[in-house]
Amino acid sequence: MNPLLVAARAGLSRGRIELEQTLTSPGDLIAFVVMTGGFLAAMITTRDTPVPGTDFPLGTRTLVSVLALDVGVYGVLWMADRLVGDREDGTLLRAKATPNGMLGYLIGKIVSVSGQIVLAVVTTLLVGAFLVTGLATGRPGSWPALAWVLVLGLPATLPLGVVLGALFPDTRTTGLIFLALGGLAAISGIFSPITRLPAVLQWIGEAFPLYWLGLGMRSALLPNAMAASEPGGSWRHLATFGVLAAWAVAGLVLAPVMLRRTARRESGSKVAARREKAMLRT
Amino acid sequence: MEDVLDVRDLRMRYAKRDVLAGVGFTARRGEVLVLLGPNGAGKTTTIEVLEGFRMRSAGHVSVLGTDPAHGDEAWRARIGVVLQSWRDHAKWHVRELLAHLGRYYAPYSTPGLPRPWDVDDLLETVGLTEQAGQRVRTLSGGQRRRLDVAIGIVGRPEVLFLDEPTAGFDPEARREFHDLIHRLADREAATILLTTHDLDEAERLADRILILAGGTIIADGSAEELSRTIAARSEVRWSRGGERFVHAAENATAFVRDLFRQYGESIEDLEVRRASLEEAYMKLVRDAENSGPRSLTAVVPATPGRPEAPPEPSAEPTTSATEVSA
Repeated sequence: MNPLLVAARAGLSRGRIELEQTLTSPGDLIAFVVMTGGFLAAMITTRDTPVPGTDFPLGTRTLVSVLALDVGVYGVLWMADRLVGDREDGTLLRAKATPNGMLGYLIGKIVSVSGQIVLAVVTTLLVGAFLVTGLATGRPGSWPALAWVLVLGLPATLPLGVVLGALFPDTRTTGLIFLALGGLAAISGIFSPITRLPAVLQWIGEAFPLYWLGLGMRSALLPNAMAASEPGGSWRHLATFGVLAAWAVAGLVLAPVMLRRTARRESGSKVAARREKAMLRT
Repeated sequence: MEDVLDVRDLRMRYAKRDVLAGVGFTARRGEVLVLLGPNGAGKTTTIEVLEGFRMRSAGHVSVLGTDPAHGDEAWRARIGVVLQSWRDHAKWHVRELLAHLGRYYAPYSTPGLPRPWDVDDLLETVGLTEQAGQRVRTLSGGQRRRLDVAIGIVGRPEVLFLDEPTAGFDPEARREFHDLIHRLADREAATILLTTHDLDEAERLADRILILAGGTIIADGSAEELSRTIAARSEVRWSRGGERFVHAAENATAFVRDLFRQYGESIEDLEVRRASLEEAYMKLVRDAENSGPRSLTAVVPATPGRPEAPPEPSAEPTTSATEVSA
């Protein structure tokens, strides 16, 4: 029996268990409902507003674009927050004290977070599809395109969440990631096209994976004519693939290093010290 | 036979403060060692170095023949760890968590040591059978601690480290825990190193007690050896004709014999008390603190592995004692 294989399998079931826990945890469910509800509200209020320069409803564009935000929120914010939380309460140290436990832990996180992303995307899309019109899901290439953007979007975001999780000291500071993600959403064309933003902001937005995730989703689920409201007037498939792949490679190189670094520093006294600090706060 | 734990001249320095200034001890298979010492003496640091969770500044450390700083996962599988405070896996169910963590140990199973420990058997052993289906966060403090112990031993460790395992236990839970430790050492032949503040607990559990103070081991021996070396005098109390007497006797047996020869049946309420471990501990630690970290004396010749070491015939300090104080 190969120990790594055993740990990998244990990691898969760990991911499934964690996913089930999230789905049965009131706090996590409320967060999901509030977030998705917010997205749907943004859709409904812009249902009758046209995308600037077109007569296509903005709400439909928003529905497709927030799917990218689902990936960003769970892949980066949620991943980082869970990692910091697991470090705080000793879960990470427990993994370290178990043979090949870190491998199982990491696989478990990847499975549970990916599962969350897929669930969020599917739920948002299913509910949203009833509320808006004009989705171009009838084309033969729609679903495969959505699939490849999603598949590439996971390695482009999850490792980034791991890296941030390794950098932030405690769960109180991970709120900063939330703020940063909100700011990034504003310049990533989620709620309106970025073509009307100053060029500098466009460039900053285009440097991060969120814009490209959104662009990929829109290319999959919106009519081709909508490419006109993107910079360059095209879906830029090659660039989408290139940028997402670059983030994925960078993340996959950096994440194991950072995770190993943060795990190496863990010890019982550190967990105890954080516990005392946490108790002082409450 | 090779020692399971072998620590020599372990040093740990933070900034400019020496927390550990030359700690040394060994432990054989199946031995239960209790590490005592005042707060901040470096007990947790010592145990974390042995667990492989902390890099030492200098010295030789070997656990199961491996340097913990370079221990691989196969080595890790033979080690059990129970830390001071865990709050992890709060949403998991007790049984589910034990079964999950046990899986990682299966590839390291040997005919002599089947790994992991059967979950139902383990739940029974630590007394959590009734809580098997509960979520971890709903456990009481003592139950949570017993779960920590269960997780620590789910891989049937050959060496088990426990840092203050019974903090917050009620007397009954404490007694059950002591039984568990005895069983592990006797039946599983696990080598156990634990820290505690409770001297009664140390006396009850330890084959050998190590007292850590001022950055070194100032005493190493069984509870009885420690109290005997420290207290050559015993306290004799008696009453005669309604009057109470107390006498500190070098040789209590001879003194009492004389007492009866002189006064016969008029002696009442006779009590002879040898110094307790607590008194021995207090005196040792106080002496160590007063004399400073550089001139410590080993009260028992540091020859662990042979507890029945013959006493040194000469009045010269033993070489091992000099080493400790050097």
